[in-house]
Amino acid sequence: MPHTAHSGADYHVLTNEEKREHRKEIGEVVLRPLRHTGIAGKIWIGALLIIFIFGCYAYYLQLKNGLKVTAMRDYASWGLYISNFIFFVAISLVGALISSVLRLTNFDWYRPITRIAEIIAVSAILFAGLIIIVDMGRPDRVLNLFIHGRIQSPIVWDVIVVTTYLVTSLLFLYMPLLPGIALCRDKLTDKPKWQRWIYKVLALGWNGSHDQWKIMKRSIAIICILIIPLAISIHTVTAWLFATTLRPGWDSTNFGPYFVAGAFQAGTACVIIAMFVFRKAYNLQKYLTEVHFNQMGKLLVFLCLIYAYFNLNEYLVPAYKMRGAEGKLLNDLFTGHYAPLYWSVQIFGMALPAVLLLWKKARRPVPIAIIALFVVVAAWFKRYLIVTPIMLHPYTPIQNVPANWAVYFPSWVEMAIVAASLAGVLLIITIFSKFFPIISVWETLENEGIELEEMDNPETEPETAKI
Amino acid sequence: MEKNNQDNSQRRSFLKFGLLAGGATLAGWGINKKLMADTIPPASGQKVKVMTADGKLMEVDSSHLNHHIAEGVITNMQAREGIEGKKLVMVIDLARCANARKCVEGCQKMHHKKAPVEWIKVKKMQDAPESGPYWMAQPCFHCDNPPCTKVCPVDATFKRKDGVVLIDSDRCIGCRFCMAACPYNARVFNWGEDWGKGEDSTLSPNACTTTCNNSIETSLQDKMGTVSKCDFCVDMVRLNKLPDCVTNCPNGTLFFGDANEDVVTNGEDTFRLSELIRDRAGYRYLEELGTEPRVYYLPPVERNFPFEEDPIKHNTTE
Repeated sequence: MPHTAHSGADYHVLTNEEKREHRKEIGEVVLRPLRHTGIAGKIWIGALLIIFIFGCYAYYLQLKNGLKVTAMRDYASWGLYISNFIFFVAISLVGALISSVLRLTNFDWYRPITRIAEIIAVSAILFAGLIIIVDMGRPDRVLNLFIHGRIQSPIVWDVIVVTTYLVTSLLFLYMPLLPGIALCRDKLTDKPKWQRWIYKVLALGWNGSHDQWKIMKRSIAIICILIIPLAISIHTVTAWLFATTLRPGWDSTNFGPYFVAGAFQAGTACVIIAMFVFRKAYNLQKYLTEVHFNQMGKLLVFLCLIYAYFNLNEYLVPAYKMRGAEGKLLNDLFTGHYAPLYWSVQIFGMALPAVLLLWKKARRPVPIAIIALFVVVAAWFKRYLIVTPIMLHPYTPIQNVPANWAVYFPSWVEMAIVAASLAGVLLIITIFSKFFPIISVWETLENEGIELEEMDNPETEPETAKI
Repeated sequence: MEKNNQDNSQRRSFLKFGLLAGGATLAGWGINKKLMADTIPPASGQKVKVMTADGKLMEVDSSHLNHHIAEGVITNMQAREGIEGKKLVMVIDLARCANARKCVEGCQKMHHKKAPVEWIKVKKMQDAPESGPYWMAQPCFHCDNPPCTKVCPVDATFKRKDGVVLIDSDRCIGCRFCMAACPYNARVFNWGEDWGKGEDSTLSPNACTTTCNNSIETSLQDKMGTVSKCDFCVDMVRLNKLPDCVTNCPNGTLFFGDANEDVVTNGEDTFRLSELIRDRAGYRYLEELGTEPRVYYLPPVERNFPFEEDPIKHNTTE
């Protein structure tokens, strides 16, 4: 299997016939999940829907009774929702990393996974926005952000960058999808009328002309550049929600890059899991190959090491000083109440993956998917550890409060809503993959040295010119 | 509750009328003042003549005028501006604090709150393991470099000319960023409907003078899902009265005053602010954070009372 178009001596020049064969074959493979949904798929979607609807009911209770149905109180005034928000923003960064950074740095192997990364980015950032509204005491006044918005507030910065990133990510998902939608439009003629109509509208009249390819590729190149500062700013601004306060544990100049590094690490792990699941569920072994898992494994090692570096800065430097209130917080993390969680997260979510993935055997699909699962779960708990212990270690002592104010353990309502948000992200990814090809045909074929642009326009750029 | 709402809407419609009338005529003032002295009369159907700003005479039912206080309704604009010429300040003499907690109770009564919601807290402090513990009353510090107002995304909490930090609970979106930003945990959240709502307004000793005027300054309109906190009782200041925490303290621990006049008082003793904090080595809590609180502490030296542990556990239930 040739895995890059530029791999040198063993580059086998395909005949036009072979190219057409390849194209037809991959077209069939990517459309198969759109044609049929198996029993497992139906159960999966049904289960996600149940979790999601239950979470909506929990939110209804919260709207009716107020935030008292959560475990948050005056000291732990931010809790599960906010940590979940950071988690979603974090994993949404991977869209920019995979599709843009790798593209700009001339890697080729990433191409079949760009769409997986982008749909994770879009759904995660969408639910990040929703979960922050869930956290608001007065969601009915959300428009005040626009009527009375203060540009000096990091929350307003967050609103601006999150919405911009959502729109840009949607475009970044949509642009390279155009030939895919056209494929659906042309091949899925047995689908219901409304669905065919959607394909027709969304395809924007795509017919693979030179001009269309040119516009699309240029648009992608522009978004590719735009999305990098945007991605870095969404997570930096999210970090600033904490770093702009005076609280011990958040009052850190390291927070921006620390969050960004953690985000790339967690997002990459998410993509590995998604690759593994789609590969199995949609029989994409031929396109999501072991090469991809191997490369993603190497990338994850690199990102774990960078994250470890920022963790050293974040914890070791203040721990050296053990200053006042921050010292108490660190003691509680290292040896106190939060120690089991803290060390599990650091070891299973960062140290161990970085070491294990150094071995090629660990970078095979099954082991790496398991390792990535650990990374993602640890990443979620890491965000919890970034929020809750700090809230409960203020400068002023917590006294004369009901027992449940001095601790924080999320209520069932919070857990149900957060579970629903996670289910919502998975639901969007799943439903998307049932309506659109989850791997990009033209980008995958480019890896094999097949340019669809040339195939679509044989008369304007003859095949012989290249041979 | 139902009755209260009705009351509110009446009040609000009158507020509108008050705005319309603008500066009332002398006659109007007089009628107002006279009616003020009475308790709420039944809807008598009696008409009262008042003059509007543009000089027209109008007849209104006397019961409509009942809620209005002559000193004027404080509009949102005025509440955001602050009291002209004042720089409000508080001094807390830790040598006098005996953990009587009367400041807490007075504050709760004044603002119709009940435990465990406290806008002023009394905490047991100990600066070093070997040093003696002491009690410290802690209201909102109304910082001059307030971390809370900086982060508010909708300008619901703001800093006024007179130094006071207030909250417009009709604008607050409940994001609680200000609570996370406040390093002193001075802010409280209304986690539910009637969260920590205390006795009815009419039972409060200052009810008539403060609750009739339902502006931002009275902090009585806080609703579910918004943030509240100590407001330095600026509605009382407008009436030339001291905050309830100050007047309720049996030991004269809290002093309130105006830095422009350079004077603070606990109702009995009056001091020059500058001399007091100079001679008694006044300090501000966590000065190193740079928030520049408007509340000074006098160190707990030569105390009036020996330190005693509090045998009672307070606020054990929600």
